[in-house]
Amino acid sequence: MTIFQYAFFQNALMAGVLAAIACGIIGSYVVVKRLVFISGGISHAAFGGIGLGLFLGLNPLLTAIIFSVFSSSILGIISKKAYQREDTLIGAMWAIGMAFGIFMIYQTPGYVPDLASYLFGNILTVSRVDVLIMLTLNITIALIVFIRYNEFLAFSFDEEFSEVTNVPVMKTYIVLLSLVALTVVILVSVVGIILAMALVTLPAATASLFTNSLKKMILFSVLIGIFYMFIGIAMSFFFNQPSGATIVLTSGISYLGLLGAKSLIRNHY
Amino acid sequence: MTKEIIRLEHVSFDYGDHRVLEDINLKVYEDDFLGIIGPNGGGKSTLLKIILGLLAPREGKVFLFNKSPNEGRKHVGYVPQHTLVDRTFPICVKQVVLSGRIGFTDFLRRYSKKDKQIADKVMKIMGIKEIRNTQIGELSGGQLQRTLIARALSTEPELLLLDEPTSSIDVQAETDFYDFLHGLSEKMAIVLVTHDTGAISSHVKTIACINKTLHYHGEKTIPPKIFEKLYGCPIELIGHGIPHRVLKEHDE
Repeated sequence: MTIFQYAFFQNALMAGVLAAIACGIIGSYVVVKRLVFISGGISHAAFGGIGLGLFLGLNPLLTAIIFSVFSSSILGIISKKAYQREDTLIGAMWAIGMAFGIFMIYQTPGYVPDLASYLFGNILTVSRVDVLIMLTLNITIALIVFIRYNEFLAFSFDEEFSEVTNVPVMKTYIVLLSLVALTVVILVSVVGIILAMALVTLPAATASLFTNSLKKMILFSVLIGIFYMFIGIAMSFFFNQPSGATIVLTSGISYLGLLGAKSLIRNHY
Repeated sequence: MTKEIIRLEHVSFDYGDHRVLEDINLKVYEDDFLGIIGPNGGGKSTLLKIILGLLAPREGKVFLFNKSPNEGRKHVGYVPQHTLVDRTFPICVKQVVLSGRIGFTDFLRRYSKKDKQIADKVMKIMGIKEIRNTQIGELSGGQLQRTLIARALSTEPELLLLDEPTSSIDVQAETDFYDFLHGLSEKMAIVLVTHDTGAISSHVKTIACINKTLHYHGEKTIPPKIFEKLYGCPIELIGHGIPHRVLKEHDE
């Protein structure tokens, strides 16, 4: 019997691949449109949804979907309507969402599951239900981006010009942020809330070092993400290391290393 | 009778407590080629944004093609400052030009054969067809600017609106550029804003000066006193090899 026959291992592999696909697609937009900070706000606010789910006795991933799509829409509106101190407002939402989650968990009677698994993730404990939720979210993300590719490209490149050509920029922005929210939910069980942002940005940032095309950037970052995931699963399974931290350390060090190497080569020639 | 395409009536705008535009009145007609000059921070870009409906005026009314800016702007080709473009963005010349057609696509946002033909045509006009697959970070300032103009032209506009088109472009390119605009002004109205007082005055048909308030000078004349008022110090109006204008006092 090989390890591939264990259900938990199959789930881990599927979760890893699904997370990498979502991160590759949405992460590319987050990086090129410079949405890293607001995405950080969305991911931390998603913890409010998890706390709510635990309190209500529902699947926390499902409540996190609703909660984070809702909070990302509010964040989107706030960030566009605020003439100044946009970052302060995002920071406030970031903290409120997180605190709300902790507050709700504290109100939850009886047994409360391990908080650390939501904060830092554990890819080896992903359930089949989680995988199905992740799959549904992934299909949603891929479909919307496929259909709206040209619009997202025009919007991300030049929001003002898009508005002049009557692209509904506010709507497009909120859809994009909602997709970031769905991506974060996919990542909760893999790397957790705290490390989700790293996996959204790092594969895409690494891919951007090698290509000047958005389509290729998405493709490369999916492949790079899958590679990081497999390293994390292997480290977690064979050496009993924390999967989320291993995945993020691998991707972070690879990105910085390649960035350094690239600038060295550029300066040399 | 020439058609009126822009009308501003008593337009004012504030950023917070800071008044940027005060009681602006302006009319632009379909055969106009208007240059609006003023110092940095004088409200030039804000004025463009108000004309395009990107900002709502605090006071006053704006008409674009006799409609609200949000409706009228579909006839406007907007060319933003090329120095503000994110050059690291992974997009090539062709994709930028095609994105001018995004407002004409169906709900799936696919570019039609017609969209692609129009994009090809304007890239040819702007002389950027050979570099259509180049990522924008590898372009010179002039090439990037031509790409942005091509994108604006792909909307098949009746009015071209340009924000600081000649910044960081060398003198020869600047002269060529104005010659090109001159040809284009046969087909559409052109309004450009710039802080550059050199070449512009001999190329455009009419001039307005802006620094919070707007002074329209009609045919080609700017009094030096206005420049002093605008820029706070006397400015040399004569460029090398560029015929300069005889300046007329306006009443105030």
